[in-house]
Amino acid sequence: MSTTDSVGWAGTRIAPRPFVDKLHEWVTTVDHKRIGILYVAYGLTFLMVGGIEATVMRLQLIRPHNDLVTPQVFNQMFTMHGTTMIFFVVMPIVFGFANYLVPLMIGARDMAFPRLNAFSFWLTAFSGLFLYFSFVGGYGLYGAGTAPNVGWFAYAPLTAKTFSPGHSTDFWTLSLLVSGFGSIGTAINIIATILCLRCPGMTLAKMPLLVWLNLVMAGLVILAVSPLTAAQLMLLVDRYLGGHFFDTQAGGSAVIWMHFFWVFGHPEVYVLVLPAFAFASEIIPVFSRKAIFGYPVMVAATVAIGFISMSVWAHHMFSVGMSSGGNLFFVLSTMAIAVPTGIKIFNWLATMWGGKIYFKAPMLFCVAFLFQFLVAGLTGIIQSAAPFDWQLTASYFVVAHFHYVIVGAILFAVFAAFYYWFPKVTGRIYGETLAKVHFWLFLIGFHLTFDFMHVPGLLGMPRRIYTYEPGRGWDTWNVIVTIGVFFQAAGVLAFVVNMIRSYFRGRPAGSDPWDAWTLEWSTTSPPPEYNYASIPVVKSRRPLWDLKHPEDPDWKYE
Amino acid sequence: MFSLIAAEAAIFVIFVVAYLFYVGKSISGPTPSVLHVPVFLTVCLLCSSWTIHRAVAALRRGETGSFARWWTSTIVLGAVFLGGTAREWQHLIADEGLTIRTNLFGTTYYSLVGLHAFHVTAGVIALATVSLFTLFGHVKREHAARVDLVSLYWHFVDVVWIAVFMVVYVVGR
Repeated sequence: MSTTDSVGWAGTRIAPRPFVDKLHEWVTTVDHKRIGILYVAYGLTFLMVGGIEATVMRLQLIRPHNDLVTPQVFNQMFTMHGTTMIFFVVMPIVFGFANYLVPLMIGARDMAFPRLNAFSFWLTAFSGLFLYFSFVGGYGLYGAGTAPNVGWFAYAPLTAKTFSPGHSTDFWTLSLLVSGFGSIGTAINIIATILCLRCPGMTLAKMPLLVWLNLVMAGLVILAVSPLTAAQLMLLVDRYLGGHFFDTQAGGSAVIWMHFFWVFGHPEVYVLVLPAFAFASEIIPVFSRKAIFGYPVMVAATVAIGFISMSVWAHHMFSVGMSSGGNLFFVLSTMAIAVPTGIKIFNWLATMWGGKIYFKAPMLFCVAFLFQFLVAGLTGIIQSAAPFDWQLTASYFVVAHFHYVIVGAILFAVFAAFYYWFPKVTGRIYGETLAKVHFWLFLIGFHLTFDFMHVPGLLGMPRRIYTYEPGRGWDTWNVIVTIGVFFQAAGVLAFVVNMIRSYFRGRPAGSDPWDAWTLEWSTTSPPPEYNYASIPVVKSRRPLWDLKHPEDPDWKYE
Repeated sequence: MFSLIAAEAAIFVIFVVAYLFYVGKSISGPTPSVLHVPVFLTVCLLCSSWTIHRAVAALRRGETGSFARWWTSTIVLGAVFLGGTAREWQHLIADEGLTIRTNLFGTTYYSLVGLHAFHVTAGVIALATVSLFTLFGHVKREHAARVDLVSLYWHFVDVVWIAVFMVVYVVGR
């Protein structure tokens, strides 16, 4: 392996430059690491915004007949919360990590198309701002302006001009159209980077799992976001040109919008969760001091998930009345996707089995991720049975289920990734104590909110209701659920404080604080603009292990 | 480029599915029987795939003059196709009274064929840009790989036309 020690910039003191210069540098950057950081920072900002919207909803629901906000504002809150969290929080964050890590992990100097990369980021950035401009734009600051209020999946015919006058739905559809172009651009970039820019020796079978998972994720983005783009174009034709795609009065179909939306919507879940798997697949081995268990099976399971996830969408629609053949197909395909996912869980457990586990913050979050993802998967299988879904659909049970996936699995894995790669990105170690405070607060808050949210769902509480009658057995549960929100908020506050304080005051990290094995830890922290002074050459899946243990290298066994 | 084509193909698939789903569901107004099968335009577009293939092959051999001729004929064929579509639409709108808001057939027909025509337009602009560079002598043998990407897109647009043609003029009538 050639040397990967780069010229150190860390010790050099450069005279402070004026703020405008720095800003200009960040705005015009095409460096994959800076774009990655921009993506993540953007996602974190909207995480706060989306969190505030969630808090407003929970405060409204804390007791029956509450009127903290008006029903209109409540509708806007759940629409904006869903749209924000999916499109402007989790997607930018996973794209940010992919941008930052993929080129480093495959020994490349940048993404395949750096300018397309910057373009995609700014498309996403402006579409988010555009969506939020709806609060003040459109018909202006009456109430909460004209923010969209049709739910994040915007079922027809609610989106028709008749039922949604003004511009609120236009804000929603245009914003998602533009951010969709950004996502497709980034996905093309990730695929081209992985297929074309790997360093010498890194065959597909020697790529880190994170890279594999991101490759499949990017493929899914291409096949999933494009149908959404098409559906948004049709909606625009309906709204602006007087078309009849979803106009039931003229023979159009509301159900076909549901199909088009969920043919995007379900693969989208896997677009979000595959990067979470990717983080777990990198972090768990390092903190168990063992190589990942069953690498080829992990890759195969990932690809299988990618394929199967394209054929499960209508399990979101059992209650609209499809044919029994259709129901059966989607029941079985939904159950089938549990198989490769289960394989992954067993492989992570087997990786930890017999390992020397270090419970640092990234590992804590990964362990919580494992258990919570298992529970989320189990409630998922429960609902894959169509008759059971008829009972539970559009109830708080469903809300609890998918928040278990998105918060319990994805967000926990994202936090693990934040702590794990923070030293690489900033060159400093985060505060371990505060990180553990964050972990426990967030864990308690998460379980208070989302464990107990299943119960009112089973008791029949529908989702998206503004308020409810007392005495239905829902009252206490709703109080507990809302209390959990404050623990989560306190946890996120600890996280933010930790990140900011460690950025300025943290101990220097050195290039490899975790004694890890993938290429990004061989360059300095933070990496120089060109990543590697000379392109590394690898012989195994753990190039740094080979470097550190020349007497017992991995490539002898692979 | 293959990724982009995959994404574009997914978009077209959704529009094709919508077209097929709504075939024969219009409550009032003109039906697909008002359409004339555009045989000449289809031949033009399919021929343009052949001419662009010849153009890239010529550039690979370093024959820039031959490249320029084949490339220009591709543009001409694409422009003829667009002009023909425009005439057909003009006939449909003025004589048959079919617009995008008339009925479901109008909505799905104009959006599917229009989406394809939009891609042809984008392709013609891309082709024209390359021939502008050719005019100033900037396209040489070593650019064959890049020019090939443009031709890949053009082939894709042609293949999509075959699908659209089958759906609109064969299955849907």
